[in-house]
Amino acid sequence: MNYETVIGLEIHVQLATKSKIFSAASTAYGAAPNTQACAVDLALPGVLPVLNKEAVHMATKFGLAIGAEVAPRSVFARKNYFYPDLPKGYQISQFELPIVGTGHLDIELKGGETKRIGVTRAHLEEDAGKSLHEDFAGMTGIDLNRAGTPLLEVVSEPDMRSAEEAVAYMKKMHALVTYLEICDGNMQEGSFRCDANVSVRPVGQAEFGARAEIKNINSFRFVERAINYEVERQIDLIEEGGVVVQETRLYDADRDETRSMRSKEEANDYRYFPDPDLLPVVISAEYLEQVRAELPELPEEKKQRYIDTFGLSPYDAAGLTASRELADYFETVIEKTGDVRLSANWISGEMSARLNKDDLSIAESKVSAEAFAGLLLRIKDNTISGKIAKEVFEAMWNGEGSADAVIEVKGLKQITDTGAIESMVDEVIANNAGQFAELKSGKDKLMGFFVGQVLKASKGKANPAQVNELIRKKLQD
Amino acid sequence: MSDFHTLSLSDLAGLLQAGEVSSQQLTEYFLARIKQYDDQLNSFITVAEQQAMQAAEAADVRLKNGHTDALCGVPFAHKDIFCSEGLRTSCGSKMLDNFISPYDATVVHQLKQAGAVMLGKTNMDEFAMGSSNETSYYGVVRNPWNLDCVPGGSSGGSAASVAARIIPAATGTDTGGSIRQPAALCGITGIKPTYGTVSRYGMIAFASSLDQAGPMAQSAEDCALLLNVMTGFDEKDSTSLERDKEDYTHALNLPLRGLRIGLPKEFFAEGMNVAVDAVIQQALQQYKAMGAELVDIELPNSHLSVPVYYVVAPAECSANLSRFDGVRYGYRCEHPENLTDLYERSRGEGFGAEVKRRIMVGTYALSAGYYDAYYLKAQQLRHLISDDFKQAFETVDVIMGPTTPGTAFRIGEKSDDPISMYLSDIYTIAVNLAGLPGMSIPAGFANNMPVGLQIIGNYFDESRLLNVAHQYQQGTDWHMRIPKGFE
Amino acid sequence: MSLDADQVKKIAHLARLKIDDTDVPGYVTNLSNILEIFEQMRTIDTANVTPMSHPVEAVQRLRDDEVRETDQRDVFQALAPSTENGLYLVPRVIE
Repeated sequence: MNYETVIGLEIHVQLATKSKIFSAASTAYGAAPNTQACAVDLALPGVLPVLNKEAVHMATKFGLAIGAEVAPRSVFARKNYFYPDLPKGYQISQFELPIVGTGHLDIELKGGETKRIGVTRAHLEEDAGKSLHEDFAGMTGIDLNRAGTPLLEVVSEPDMRSAEEAVAYMKKMHALVTYLEICDGNMQEGSFRCDANVSVRPVGQAEFGARAEIKNINSFRFVERAINYEVERQIDLIEEGGVVVQETRLYDADRDETRSMRSKEEANDYRYFPDPDLLPVVISAEYLEQVRAELPELPEEKKQRYIDTFGLSPYDAAGLTASRELADYFETVIEKTGDVRLSANWISGEMSARLNKDDLSIAESKVSAEAFAGLLLRIKDNTISGKIAKEVFEAMWNGEGSADAVIEVKGLKQITDTGAIESMVDEVIANNAGQFAELKSGKDKLMGFFVGQVLKASKGKANPAQVNELIRKKLQD
Repeated sequence: MSDFHTLSLSDLAGLLQAGEVSSQQLTEYFLARIKQYDDQLNSFITVAEQQAMQAAEAADVRLKNGHTDALCGVPFAHKDIFCSEGLRTSCGSKMLDNFISPYDATVVHQLKQAGAVMLGKTNMDEFAMGSSNETSYYGVVRNPWNLDCVPGGSSGGSAASVAARIIPAATGTDTGGSIRQPAALCGITGIKPTYGTVSRYGMIAFASSLDQAGPMAQSAEDCALLLNVMTGFDEKDSTSLERDKEDYTHALNLPLRGLRIGLPKEFFAEGMNVAVDAVIQQALQQYKAMGAELVDIELPNSHLSVPVYYVVAPAECSANLSRFDGVRYGYRCEHPENLTDLYERSRGEGFGAEVKRRIMVGTYALSAGYYDAYYLKAQQLRHLISDDFKQAFETVDVIMGPTTPGTAFRIGEKSDDPISMYLSDIYTIAVNLAGLPGMSIPAGFANNMPVGLQIIGNYFDESRLLNVAHQYQQGTDWHMRIPKGFE
Repeated sequence: MSLDADQVKKIAHLARLKIDDTDVPGYVTNLSNILEIFEQMRTIDTANVTPMSHPVEAVQRLRDDEVRETDQRDVFQALAPSTENGLYLVPRVIE
């Protein structure tokens, strides 16, 4: 039987505020345990929450960016459950009236077409602390530094039909929140993570199958693997006559599998109710307009601009706008080189390949945008060929200095002296007299051979166009 | 001098300002009274002798330097629900018996700033859940008018100690009547201000949308002085209202001619003690004699206050008390086998029966399948109850009636019957549901026990309530009576 | 509306309260009596009534995004029943 996969994602976006959502403690990552857990975060008796203005501002920016209605009135609720990383015994979240309503995000599919993924809602809530299970002889250690860090939980519609689509959506969301500067996007530190709701159904069946909720996935690669594993597991189960049960599962990256979380098995009854310590959050039309005016150029808008004003293909434009850092890098390079085509080709080509090889992001590139533009300028003014430029780039990557320094030290400057090239041409012709005769008699295919031989003799420093021209001249002699 | 206890807070403040007595003298005097009398009453959980003497010394320096804050150097006590730095803050519970607060509640801070001298922390029903002070981990408080009777609750320790004059004044909190009901049963004056007027920061939460702190003292004038210090906007409390500071003494002496007093027929219905009714009628006649007009009104939904309150308050408390889990502070059970055992035994052993009862009721009212029928329904009815008052205040200035249906009952009389205990709050809880200010003043005696007259005002009408109470107290001396054995 | 012993135990567990078996019947009676008084609420039609969560009409005030807290771990952990290396300790949590 053929099955269709149905996926919905709940993405947890840690908002990049300085202080926590309900207290004035720092949200900085990596501090010594519990040094950033203040009285409010620890839920000491008598303490009360006060909402962070910037968290509301960031949620508003997000809502506008996904074309959603930002609620004129939203309400915080208590979600009740006991867990040691949740000091109050309830999480302050939003339930019936979230701050961001229905919106959408478009993703690019492989074939070049786009698909619209619905966003059901996004709500503000507080993050929990962390449990550390090692080193304490049968005990668990609790660090509450993260408790109270603002989160925007973005819930999608079950609109994705493959792991690839889920990854594309997650990447697009990641790009958006970093463009908006509402999240640092650091997935290793857990600033951007997701739960995936995965189910399968026979093709043609209208209703959804029972879904598994895979918790806390913190990389694009793991999302893909976890979903693929889960889909296979569910199909195998059905094929063997089993039944998929609705449950919470955990993805184990080391074993590349998902497994049932027994601790969450107990039927949860969260007893949501409006938090009496907080009043309704009211957002005025004026405030909305003010935030709208300060929104940066969003990925979609930027992509369209690249197509319209730079003449890039939709594919290239999408690639170059995939992250704000990449687009900024690209625009700096264009500004310095004045050559869109060359810049686009080299960033999408050599630079991307090198970053992939070292598993780095553009922000971590060993070659700055300015230095990279310096390299492209030397191609543009014929100081070096594209081929030599690759060698220069590698040297720059390895910290050997600027393009000019590398060209100078390694003596890679292109030979433009016609006399010198001509003598190399003569030498190659003399050494390959037979083939030259064939070329002369019309065997044009040999042209490439002669150009190649001359370039080789010049150690790549001759200009191929110039070599070509000189050989043709010799043919007419 | 040996009769400071017969003086009001205002009188003591006057003596201090005039330099006729020092704060240290007064502090020693009242500490001695606590020592002498509190064995009978059990109204204090913690007496902070050393801290008090230090504070008194500092106050004397300030007074000498011409400090004119009205409360500078005046001794008083806090209900043990307010977090006070460096002192045990137990909330009347075994759960917090070992909890030394690392910070001051805003109310504690304000009174400290004003130079008032805190002598200790008063006994109370556990987590403010009770109407008799019998649920305290530290034992029942006794009513100074009859030691076999309860003082009311939950601010029973504050009420009994002020009534017995072992302290000039105290703070209290009122979620469903916890200032007014014990004030009535002990024959003192207490006011619960409009919700949002006094900061809740550092006041251990029972039911967040109902809790409000207020003063308990001998007279309306004393309450006004305390309220001047206790009120004000606090950025640490999201429900604190941004309003200009008010001088609650400014209207005390206005005449009452033309005052329209609403008498809800529901407050004078069946179930009311005949002797109590007689006292209240007499007080109303007195108001009439002062030129007030008595107007019959209706609060048609007020009979639903008890069920609505006993859904809303437990629902909120069930979440508010989840933080007491034996992990970061407070009581932890011995040798927990696993996490669930740690939670269930720490909470099972740390909380008393009434607290557990209310947490369970609230948990149930919020649980899947019951939310709409209980919690949501109660929130809707709360609106109707509140609207009744709004409508009433379109035609009257204040509302009056008995604070409680009867006088102080005997210790143990209702402790096994939660429902009859809950019904003793019947006249006070609607005020909390609506968030209105309300007060109780001594209006006489029934069967030798004090009777309280409840005065309810419109939102932010505390000054008028205090004026109405003060004018009555100018013509009566019920508030000046001291129980036998404590003179 | 009345509760049975199993329901009471279930609620107690949801609220993480250990109740001795001998105390269960008492809670069954008390809680059932309390639910009984809730029944009065059914008599009023509230179909078009907005629920009231706060006694006073006001909106949430927003705090500027500034770090104003300093490290007070030692003070706070002096209150804790069990800590090690700055962490609060609880019996092993199984996921």
